[in-house]
Amino acid sequence: MTRKQRRLTLIALAGSVLTVAAGLVLYALSDRIVFFNTPSDIEAKAPAPGQRIRLGGLVVEGSLVKETGGSVRFAVTDGGASVSVAYHGILPDLFREGQGVVTEGVLEASGDFAADTVLAKHDENYMPKEVADALKEQGVWRQTEDAAATSVTQ
Amino acid sequence: MIAEIGHFALVLALVLALAQSTVPFWGALRGDSRLVATAPTLALTQFLLVGLAFAALVHAYVVSDFSLVNVAENSHSAKPLLYKVTGTWGNHEGSMLLWVLILALFGAFVAAFGANLPDRLKAMVLVVQAWIASAFLLFVLLTSNPFFRLNPVPFDGKGLNPVLQDIGLAIHPPLLYLGYVGCSISFAFAVAALIDGKIDAAWARWVRPWTLAAWLFLTLGIAMGSYWAYYELGWGGFWFWDPVENASLMPWLATTALLHSAVVMEKRDALKIWTILLAILAFSLSLIGTFLVRSGVLTSVHAFASDPTRGVFILAILVLFIGGALALFAARAGALAPGGIFAPISREGALVVNNIFLTAAAATVIIGTLYPLLLEAVTGDRISVGAPFYNLTFAPLVVPLLLLVPFGPLLSWKRGDLGAAAERLMIAFGVALLAGILAFAIVGGGPVLALFGIGLGTWLIAGAMSEVAFRIKLGRAPLGESLRRARGLPRGAYGTSFAHAGVGIMILGLVGTTAWGTETIVTMTQADSVTVGSHTVTLDSFAPRTGPNFVDNVARFTVRRGGAEVAIMEPSKRQFNARAAETTEAAIKTFGFSQLYISVGDIGDDGAATVRIFWKPLVTLIWLGPFVMAFGGLISLSDRRLRVGAPRPARRAAATPAE
Repeated sequence: MTRKQRRLTLIALAGSVLTVAAGLVLYALSDRIVFFNTPSDIEAKAPAPGQRIRLGGLVVEGSLVKETGGSVRFAVTDGGASVSVAYHGILPDLFREGQGVVTEGVLEASGDFAADTVLAKHDENYMPKEVADALKEQGVWRQTEDAAATSVTQ
Repeated sequence: MIAEIGHFALVLALVLALAQSTVPFWGALRGDSRLVATAPTLALTQFLLVGLAFAALVHAYVVSDFSLVNVAENSHSAKPLLYKVTGTWGNHEGSMLLWVLILALFGAFVAAFGANLPDRLKAMVLVVQAWIASAFLLFVLLTSNPFFRLNPVPFDGKGLNPVLQDIGLAIHPPLLYLGYVGCSISFAFAVAALIDGKIDAAWARWVRPWTLAAWLFLTLGIAMGSYWAYYELGWGGFWFWDPVENASLMPWLATTALLHSAVVMEKRDALKIWTILLAILAFSLSLIGTFLVRSGVLTSVHAFASDPTRGVFILAILVLFIGGALALFAARAGALAPGGIFAPISREGALVVNNIFLTAAAATVIIGTLYPLLLEAVTGDRISVGAPFYNLTFAPLVVPLLLLVPFGPLLSWKRGDLGAAAERLMIAFGVALLAGILAFAIVGGGPVLALFGIGLGTWLIAGAMSEVAFRIKLGRAPLGESLRRARGLPRGAYGTSFAHAGVGIMILGLVGTTAWGTETIVTMTQADSVTVGSHTVTLDSFAPRTGPNFVDNVARFTVRRGGAEVAIMEPSKRQFNARAAETTEAAIKTFGFSQLYISVGDIGDDGAATVRIFWKPLVTLIWLGPFVMAFGGLISLSDRRLRVGAPRPARRAAATPAE
């Protein structure tokens, strides 16, 4: 093999790996990403059945119901609409009524949201960024007294 | 007063860093050896000053000096001493000071132990280090100063985030930072070499130990972080493809690639341009990681309080260093002479394949991490990119690489014989096949992919052993001869084998846990029993227990197997006094390499609690693997050849193809 052929072999190899990688990434980005929705988004335009989405907002005060067998139910609102969420498992430590939450799962035909993930945040001052942005859009964002919390969301 | 000394030391360190950035540089340009010689002294003094500042902050935490804003915000007098000390870097300001301290530490190491480096190169490396140090010292002093006073002084602090009150905080961030910041050394070497326009095999030999050290710490840091999240968060997960985790994975992939390409450069004087580029990229990815974590632009389970000015500042540092280095690279790369030639099937070729796959895999992680940012900026859509994305992109790129790993070390330099290598791997292949069949027989089926995974993990381990066995002629020469050869084998060869086997061990753990792990969620009251696999778990009682600064609501479980009691497990809900916060403390019991994992939710008024029980087969291998990998790195690091200053001619290295 000449020097040129050797170089071409390497370039061809690198090119094919990169092409495969790019193809996989493009496919995965069209198919395997999860969109964030607020209850108002869902009310305006329900996601396709079976499509995984993230639902975020404030947990409605007094909506948390513990059912038998480790299942819980609560409602999530963004000030406008609200969606009832069913979840099976242990809620994260920082889950509180009246506070921000992000859940991931599928919207069922009944209009209930079946969540398989409820996201925990490391810091109790922390409002998930998407939730804060969504609440600001709805005009129900309250400035908390804690500087750390507000700086996160600015 | 001590805080003021620390503050002053930090300002002085900045002044010294600025001097170190300019004086030796000027000396190197002018050819003035006296100015060049100032670099090591400046680097050592700078380290002492940053060390003094850090010690002052630790002191403030230990004595609970709440007149410092930083201490009052993040500490509490009732905290155990260990968490007062580790709490120093459990917040943004303190952790950035730790970052700068480790940066200065590496500079001091180069100054103290770089005796085999030419004076000029050593000075240039320290100059580049000082540029980075100046930027970050300025960042700390202007946007993240931990020494600001508070008036009036509060009676007590706000306390440390309860999740961080754990031994993990003592280990994980320092290790990770040693890895992140360690990448700055190879970056400094690359930039120094580009400025000098002189890059050869000797350069690669000097750079390798530093890269190896950074890689080793990064490996341990990531593994520690993963285990910490696993036991602390109570979700039983070990990797979430969270942006902050990706931030550490990206430099790890780049550093791994760099380690391999630097070998080619050292032995064969080839891949120079690529190696330099990787050295720049590895540190760039570390900086991007720091930016992502510290600026708060990404939603992450790691909720670091942050503020936009800091993000902009780090972004400026990022653009300056990455942009500057890449511009320098573009200007100078063309001048580097191409090195030795090699056939596609050869050790060099194998290492190139390694690099192609690793960088492609790193690219998918970068895209997955940054795409949500880009999309939100462009369309306003908010998305999250999680495991499904990476399973489809990252995994298909890594699996072929892992399949090829055992071949690499068995190919000789310049021109390798694939057939001969395959022949030497026949036994390893047989063992891997057997492991897959055995797994099938034991669990009585299971997903095909999982059986393949078990085979893959075993293939890596057996392949790594095959290499050593081949080189010491095990079974083909008298035992005495093999033992003599085993003693004579360079440590680097053992290091390679350990590192590759470590990857295999980790794969076994990943496959075992994901394919055969179970999760049971039930509501239990006293005396209820649940069967999980071959274990029966019984809830005995609930009892509160008081800790130093918290109250534990302990649920006591008895675990039986075949009627015999094998363990008592006590997960709890921990209520902290200082912050109205609670954490879930999981109970974990190890059986062989597998673990039983129990966490409890709130205990209801009716005396019932939601209990989550995981059975995690082979899960400990996930962290044992990286330890074995790091151990391999440590063995390689102790290889005498890495400390020999003068490079041996490439001809002699080529004459011993077994290396």
